[in-house]
Amino acid sequence: MAEISDAAAGRAWQRRLILTLLLAPALLWLFALIVLPHVQLALLSLRERVAPHVYQPSVAQFRTFFAEPLYWEVFVRTALMSIVATGLTLLVAFPIAWVITKVARDRASAFLFVVCLIPFWVSETVRALGWLILLRESGVLPAVLVKLGLTAMPVELLYHDATILTGLVYTSLLFMVVPLVSSLESLDNSLIEAAYDLGAGGFATLKNIVIPHAAPGITAGCIVVFMLTLGNYLTPNLLGGKNSQWFTELIYTQFIVRFNWEQGAAFGFLLLGLSTGIVAVGLRLSGQRFVDVMRRS
Amino acid sequence: MSAAAAPGTPDLSVQALQKNFAGHVAVNDLSFVVQRGSFFSILGPSGCGKTTLLRMIAGFTEPDAGDIVIGGRSMRGVAPNRRPVNMVFQQLALFPMMSVGENVAFGLARRGIPKAERTRRAEAMLERVGLAGAGAKRVDQLSGGQRQRVAIARSMVLEPTLLLLDEPLGALDLKLREHMKIELKQLQAAFGTTFVYITHDQSEALVLSDHVAVMHHGCFEQLGTPQQLYYEPATAFVAGFVGANNRISGRVKSEAGETAAIETPDGWIVMARKTGQVALGDHVEAFVRPEVVTLERDASLLPGGQPQHIGVVQSLLFDGANSAVLLHEERTRFEFRVALPQTGRLADLKVGERVHFSFDPERAICFTGLGGSHG
Repeated sequence: MAEISDAAAGRAWQRRLILTLLLAPALLWLFALIVLPHVQLALLSLRERVAPHVYQPSVAQFRTFFAEPLYWEVFVRTALMSIVATGLTLLVAFPIAWVITKVARDRASAFLFVVCLIPFWVSETVRALGWLILLRESGVLPAVLVKLGLTAMPVELLYHDATILTGLVYTSLLFMVVPLVSSLESLDNSLIEAAYDLGAGGFATLKNIVIPHAAPGITAGCIVVFMLTLGNYLTPNLLGGKNSQWFTELIYTQFIVRFNWEQGAAFGFLLLGLSTGIVAVGLRLSGQRFVDVMRRS
Repeated sequence: MSAAAAPGTPDLSVQALQKNFAGHVAVNDLSFVVQRGSFFSILGPSGCGKTTLLRMIAGFTEPDAGDIVIGGRSMRGVAPNRRPVNMVFQQLALFPMMSVGENVAFGLARRGIPKAERTRRAEAMLERVGLAGAGAKRVDQLSGGQRQRVAIARSMVLEPTLLLLDEPLGALDLKLREHMKIELKQLQAAFGTTFVYITHDQSEALVLSDHVAVMHHGCFEQLGTPQQLYYEPATAFVAGFVGANNRISGRVKSEAGETAAIETPDGWIVMARKTGQVALGDHVEAFVRPEVVTLERDASLLPGGQPQHIGVVQSLLFDGANSAVLLHEERTRFEFRVALPQTGRLADLKVGERVHFSFDPERAICFTGLGGSHG
């Protein structure tokens, strides 16, 4: 008896060891790259330099953020622009995902999916530079507008909010299309036909059948796109220039230009809080649960 | 219900309907009429075009030519959501994101009926199909048979001129299917709505329908009552497809009035009634139903005046009242199925036993072999 239970205990222990070993890389990664830096940043953000190499605990960095309107305004602007960009991405991606899953046949749908994917073979920098070539004053699009007689002189299409939004939507599109495709694929066509058969039009079917079914995919796509957009540095910076006023640029400036790591760390935490807060509000408003969303997408 | 149509107008009239898919004919110049309040089935093997036909009636597929007239109104250019037709889908297609009550009220909501009124009507309809009080349940809390009834209730609450059913029993297990057959027939009788039902299961079609059309290669082989299909099949395909049948291929060796003697390639000779153009020397298919054959151990007990045959028992197929025995004709070893008497007589037959059998040539039929290569 004792031997059997010993053997069973040994096997259980062995299984636990294997599980731990399999999880080790992920846990190590989480710890080394996420937890550790954040602990460091948290400590940094909560101290103040009073003299060279002399620090004391303080919330001065956070006080600066609220006291200085520029920081505060950039923070809100980044949040609003990210929400708008996420909404626009959803509006653009939904018809694409619909065509890929419900309209195109097998080969055409695979082709369309690859077309969505191809831009991501080049780096984000190169893609942003592509926009520069198209949109700058001496670029392709202003020249076309002059040719068509729509503008008398070449206009500068860069450095507008609309330009930043365009770039952000373009950069995020794939991350919205993928979860939408997977959630629309699982929608049985006969449900759509049944809705039509029972007298529903296109809009009623979309509202009552398609969107409720795709809700987890929509939410997952929105979370990913929103986080990517909020934390994006390159696209707002290149397409928006000095006017972009993106919050990540403030963090960069504090860390790299001003060597004020304490202030940068505080900004980093504020951004983390912002994205967490907005995602939580979004989930609450759409009635979705985070675990379900992540499992479904 | 179909108050707009004049009395006597058929609920469904299909006129010279045609549909091709990439060079393949799905529905070929089809015309038929379904009378009000009847249960009409379209029976055929998969790929015969019955689903395409149903989808054209529902409006999901555009015909290439011809017209569909429902309740006296042409459906040309009418979208599925504007037709006085509802469909029960093969996989039922209940909306999983809604409660049972919301499913039933969905169509009413699309017609702009106020919430209180549509809840009341949905509840009343659920009660009629025996699901009183199930309105608040989720769809996945229901059993297969209950879902079936919800799918029918969801369509019937809209009081359609025509209810289309696309093999709705296919997904159910055998026991439930038998039960739902009876329920469907009772529901149809209670509602009095015209049902158009498609199936590949001949037993469903025979049990449920007032009229059955047997469809094959985009055409109707025969349209008639279940009894006509069973006892007077018009073509070899129908004879082979509807009910169990012994199929005997051979040539007409001699003729005597309405009956022909048919010789198989191995030289077994059977007698059968001629149907259509059958001439001496023609290649024909004869069909003998297992239940028209009399089986005896003693040849003298067989009914007089019928050609007698001798067989050897190959296997016994016990299935309660549907029990049968598989014989080999003694000389040619032609396989032949004979129903056992339901009285239990001959239940003690043994494999290898030699038996005598005969059948009335009037109750066996033969067709020329043309066009009967399937089934």
